[in-house]
Amino acid sequence: MKAGIILFPGTNRERDMALALARVTGAKPAIIWHGESELPAGTDLVVLPGGFSYGDYLRCGAMAAQSPIMRAVADFAARGGHVLGVCNGFQILIEAGLLPGALLKNASLRFLSMDCHLKVERTDTPYTSQFQPGAVFRSTMAHGDGNYFAGDETLDQLEGEGRVVLRYCTPEGAVTEAANRNGSVNNIAGIVSPNRRILGLMPHPENQVDPDIDGTDGLPMFQSIAATFATA
Amino acid sequence: MKAYVTVMPKNGVLDPQGKAIGHALAGHGFAGIGEVRVGKLIELELAETDPARAKAAAEEMARKLLANMVIESFKVEVR
Repeated sequence: MKAGIILFPGTNRERDMALALARVTGAKPAIIWHGESELPAGTDLVVLPGGFSYGDYLRCGAMAAQSPIMRAVADFAARGGHVLGVCNGFQILIEAGLLPGALLKNASLRFLSMDCHLKVERTDTPYTSQFQPGAVFRSTMAHGDGNYFAGDETLDQLEGEGRVVLRYCTPEGAVTEAANRNGSVNNIAGIVSPNRRILGLMPHPENQVDPDIDGTDGLPMFQSIAATFATA
Repeated sequence: MKAYVTVMPKNGVLDPQGKAIGHALAGHGFAGIGEVRVGKLIELELAETDPARAKAAAEEMARKLLANMVIESFKVEVR
């Protein structure tokens, strides 16, 4: 499998993402500078990693979404390509119009750097197939603007089509207001495109892939990606 | 000429910054403050000299980049 990780000025989580992908695929992902106008030939998966692209100027992800490479990513997605956006990557996918809604400042106005728990709402996606149905896993959040918002019509569409894949929950799996630290509507932590090949999420599953460093709670997401392309 | 694009959160979109500022003003003893909302003002210097065309150009810029139409509205003033 050929993965490509996009690097914007201010991206800072590309190495962790590369290590997580290499762990499950055995192949080192390409790191692609945002000024490129084409993806490497044969790219299977594009990843927009976390960070603070362009210093979060104007709105988080707004500047990065205008980068030359994002036109190639949009074309790739339109052809049915797989795209994963984590944290700032999710913000960029939204600003680029590849996923709906918006990410507002956390309701508490605080930057939240802490563990969270995520409920896996469906396992028939390229990113969640290796989780047990209804699984709850521990992850990490580290963001100031992760408060997912969408208008009523968009929200009804997302929920109606089952496109909310991850929700903030308690360690026991209860989707409660207390577990929803950033104030996201309906506890939304991650959503997919209609074809389920584009996933955006605020938490960082790449933080938990190594038994020696904070456990392997996030590993099933990367095993799912590997399984998707092993059978493709 | 210059175009001034004011970008504001749409009604119904939570504005925690505005709320926090409202509380802080009340803490200073300012009474009678209703809702406080925070937006941004973007000043654009344009080569265009026709006010109507300058306004139309700035509005296009706002729709494409300066405002996120999901959560924000904007207005353009040309001087």
